[in-house]
Amino acid sequence: MLSDDTIIALATPSGAGAIAVIRISGKESIALSAKHFRSVSGKNLAKQKSHTIHLGHIVDGKRVLDEVLVSLFKGPHSYTGEDVIEISCHGSPYIQQEIIQLFIRKGCRMAQAGEFTLWAFLNGKMDLSQAEAVADLISSENEASHQVAIQQMRGGFSDEIKRLREELLNFASLIELELDFSEEDIEFADRDQFKALLSRIQLVLKRLIDSFAVGNVIKNGIPVAIVGEPNVGKSTLLNALLNEDRALVSEIPGTTRDTVEDEISIGGIGFRFIDTAGIRQTQDVVEGMGIQRTFEKIDTAQVILYLIESVKFSGQGTSFKLEIEKLKSKYPQTPLVVVANKMDLLDAEGVSQIKNEIEDALLLSAKKGTGVEALKSKLLEFVNTGALRNNETLVTNSRHYNALLKALEEVEKVQWGMENGISGDLLAIDIRQALYHFGEITGEISSDDLLGNIFANFCIGK
Amino acid sequence: MFQERYDVIVVGGGHAGAEAAAASANMGSNTLLVTMSLQTIGQMSCNPAMGGIAKGQIVREIDAIGGYSGIITDKSAIQFKMLNKSKGPAMWSPRAQNDRMRFAEEWRLALEATPNLDFYQEMVKGLLVEGNRVVGVRTSLGIDIKGKAVVLTNGTFLNGLIHIGDKQFGGGRAGERAATGITEQLTDFGFDSGRMKTGTPPRVDGRSLDYSKMIVQPGDSNPEKFSYLDTVLLKEQRDCHMTYTSPQVHDLLRDGFDRSPMFNGRIKSIGPRYCPSIEDKINRFADKDKHQIFVEPEGWHTVEVYVNGFSTSLPEDIQYKALKSVKGFEEVKFFRPGYAIEYDYFPPTQLRHTLETKLCEGLYFAGQINGTTGYEEAASQGLMAGINAHLKIHEKEPFVLKRDEAYIGVLIDDLITKGTEEPYRMFTSRAEYRTLLRQDNADLRLTPKGYKIGLAKENRLRRMEEKLNKSDAFISFFRDTSVRPEEINPILDSLDSSLVKQSDKMFKVFSRPRVTMDHMLQLDSVSDFVVENNLDREVLEQTEIQVKYSGYIKKEKNNADKLNRLENVKIPDSFDYSKLKSLSFEAREKLEFIRPVTISQASRISGVSPSDISVLLVFLGR
Repeated sequence: MLSDDTIIALATPSGAGAIAVIRISGKESIALSAKHFRSVSGKNLAKQKSHTIHLGHIVDGKRVLDEVLVSLFKGPHSYTGEDVIEISCHGSPYIQQEIIQLFIRKGCRMAQAGEFTLWAFLNGKMDLSQAEAVADLISSENEASHQVAIQQMRGGFSDEIKRLREELLNFASLIELELDFSEEDIEFADRDQFKALLSRIQLVLKRLIDSFAVGNVIKNGIPVAIVGEPNVGKSTLLNALLNEDRALVSEIPGTTRDTVEDEISIGGIGFRFIDTAGIRQTQDVVEGMGIQRTFEKIDTAQVILYLIESVKFSGQGTSFKLEIEKLKSKYPQTPLVVVANKMDLLDAEGVSQIKNEIEDALLLSAKKGTGVEALKSKLLEFVNTGALRNNETLVTNSRHYNALLKALEEVEKVQWGMENGISGDLLAIDIRQALYHFGEITGEISSDDLLGNIFANFCIGK
Repeated sequence: MFQERYDVIVVGGGHAGAEAAAASANMGSNTLLVTMSLQTIGQMSCNPAMGGIAKGQIVREIDAIGGYSGIITDKSAIQFKMLNKSKGPAMWSPRAQNDRMRFAEEWRLALEATPNLDFYQEMVKGLLVEGNRVVGVRTSLGIDIKGKAVVLTNGTFLNGLIHIGDKQFGGGRAGERAATGITEQLTDFGFDSGRMKTGTPPRVDGRSLDYSKMIVQPGDSNPEKFSYLDTVLLKEQRDCHMTYTSPQVHDLLRDGFDRSPMFNGRIKSIGPRYCPSIEDKINRFADKDKHQIFVEPEGWHTVEVYVNGFSTSLPEDIQYKALKSVKGFEEVKFFRPGYAIEYDYFPPTQLRHTLETKLCEGLYFAGQINGTTGYEEAASQGLMAGINAHLKIHEKEPFVLKRDEAYIGVLIDDLITKGTEEPYRMFTSRAEYRTLLRQDNADLRLTPKGYKIGLAKENRLRRMEEKLNKSDAFISFFRDTSVRPEEINPILDSLDSSLVKQSDKMFKVFSRPRVTMDHMLQLDSVSDFVVENNLDREVLEQTEIQVKYSGYIKKEKNNADKLNRLENVKIPDSFDYSKLKSLSFEAREKLEFIRPVTISQASRISGVSPSDISVLLVFLGR
């Protein structure tokens, strides 16, 4: 802390809201923002006066991330006393994430808990009598964020990080061993071993970075499988969501032989709908292959929509419920939504029967378009509450992501150095930097760790 | 018999004591060196060598500031090696083998030639204290000697206990008495003390060894030296030799394990992990069937030989039998057996950055008394304690080196901030910014500082300035001068480096991997510049390093600057941590105990988290 890095963080509560405010503070905040802000009136943000607001888009190269309002405050007349940019964007966590990650890639650092306030205090924006309050805020926020971080370290992330840190530490120790103990009677690892170790570290780092939870899932579109009996109206529902005729629609059961995917943006988030052939038991060979594919597709899905025909519920309710249970036990981690289609054909008694027997069932009519909006918000809710995670998703915390990204950068520098025959003491500069970034996740690492590692593993000393 | 009142009294005449006395006397303080034996001033108690990796850099730093260790080492060297020459320049580490007797003699002569310095031989039994201030020392004869500041450099002598097998006896070094009284007085005063252990190998008669069975280890063919002043380069050198232990040797040693004080629990204190005894090595690394043994001559003329790598406290008969089975040692005759020694130390977290104790004003500790090991570590602390004792009594600003300025800075900051559980030795990996802390630039880093406090002399500063100006000019030459493809391409071609298509600045070409100063000197314009400006080897080396590693040096400078911002946020001496409820309990306790001087130092204390640091920053205001 207390470096002249430019820092960034969400200033509004996390989660979905109508709008969110992202705050950037520090020397580079205006210059960096100017590079990624296209004003609708063509103004250059860097040349604008303090305390002005500008409408435009945040862009990453040619890609437009969101339409935003940017407020510009020049230090010392800002919240923190530094140059500050506040970006008011749409409230989707996806958009927030995309914008924050863009700035992190361009050199910002995630702010620590309470850091904006700390700067505000240090720059004399607050009275000394407020010191106690600020200090409490920092320690309590730190506590809270620490707990969140621990909660987020599920799915083996902490194990993975621990292993990776050990690998790096091991690597660093081997390098240090060559330096401080070159006179000792020890066999030093050869360069190929080093390179192999580095590639392994690089691979794991990349995988962890790629797994970066919601952002990544969302980037590729969240896969949603639509499952149900043939002719239940899957294709119609898809069309209703898509608002265009994409899938085959006919009255003959089982026309959708192939899975069809399409992407639709709901509230700024991409969903990839996978229309499946349903899971009705069948003797038909062609359709049987379709069912096989259905299960394969469900395997990759993050959300399952189980579609039933409302009017059939009174007669086949038991077998529907059986199938729902089957899906739930086969995919316990994947959120499942029961959608009762064709509600327009149902009377009030039928509606209440479904509602009573299936909790959270969504009644809609794909054909008439009623209830489709409710389904959309249900899907958004999964994203915004962070319920979407598959087993591969390990990194969920922006700070962790940030640290891993920086660590990878350093590891790649070491690899370059290795290729170019740079000597160990210079490689060590980059390795230490990488270990430092790991320390941001796991807690500090001191050089004593390296020495301890060396003494434990090698016979040192005359 | 004595001056009515000395400025500085130094207790002990080892590496720490000798540097302390020289520094304070040279700066103008009336100084008294009290030691139990004037015969053993500057004694090398363990191996007859100075320098080595990280330690060599420290000796260069001592020399750059104006201490004597570098000069003494050069005058008594019998072999010189620049270690780690195949690595980057931050790793190059000078090491010398020394003539043990000449080393001590040169120290004695150097101190005798130092103005303002008196000597007295007697054991110091206690300190004279008034309130919380030391005012002198009391000797074993009951003589009170008054002094404004006292530097304790007792080495391994405080309640020293020597172990050889199941025998144990009091002593500070083989054949020398232990010192008593000081520990007891200081613990009564409120100091914490602890015990540490170290050991030394047997020394033998070189005439009884068969060197033809060993591997010769000569010095460098172009030996360099330690001092930046004009000490003489070695023209002749003595060889060292190397041999190995064997499974048979290990078995013989194991026979004595039941009588080993290391294993039967008689020695309880902790020894250095990086300097283990031979029994420790074969015990902990049982799968290794041989260990190196270095046979080091003790001087130009003496037949005595130091058996490096065979440090042991096993019974002398076991030592003898085992050593006899080492290749080349079949007919070995012992001069002295190896032994282990336990001694008192004072956890160094009780010190300030000046090495003055927090509890007792005017009292300074330096060397093994602070839990360190090594001549170089001791000497550098002695130097800093001597300087600061002088500065304090003359009411001048303390002299503190930062972690990005010197290994000495790293050493002292580590000691007082983290303390040490085992004898502390310097390693390059302890320094965050070792690319900046090179042996080639210790003068550039430290001589101006040494001059400013009045220790480094004018001639030292002038030499350093000449080196600086010449290398700066040479670097500018490389920046400003272009080289044509037809001149440089043959060289690049021979190095498998991609050719240039048009003229390019020399600096750029020189920065490429594999291109060295020797290659650049093949260019007429470069060699002409060298001749015209009369540039010596040192300037060429300095220029080469600064051009070739400029990227890395810049990166480390930037990182260091970030740290220094926190270094500038001072914490008042009287700061009350107990009020700060937002600090974690552990942090509050540790901060209260260590009492860091700056936020940066606070951040290095284990148990103090980044959020604790933020809280501190808040309370310190801006």
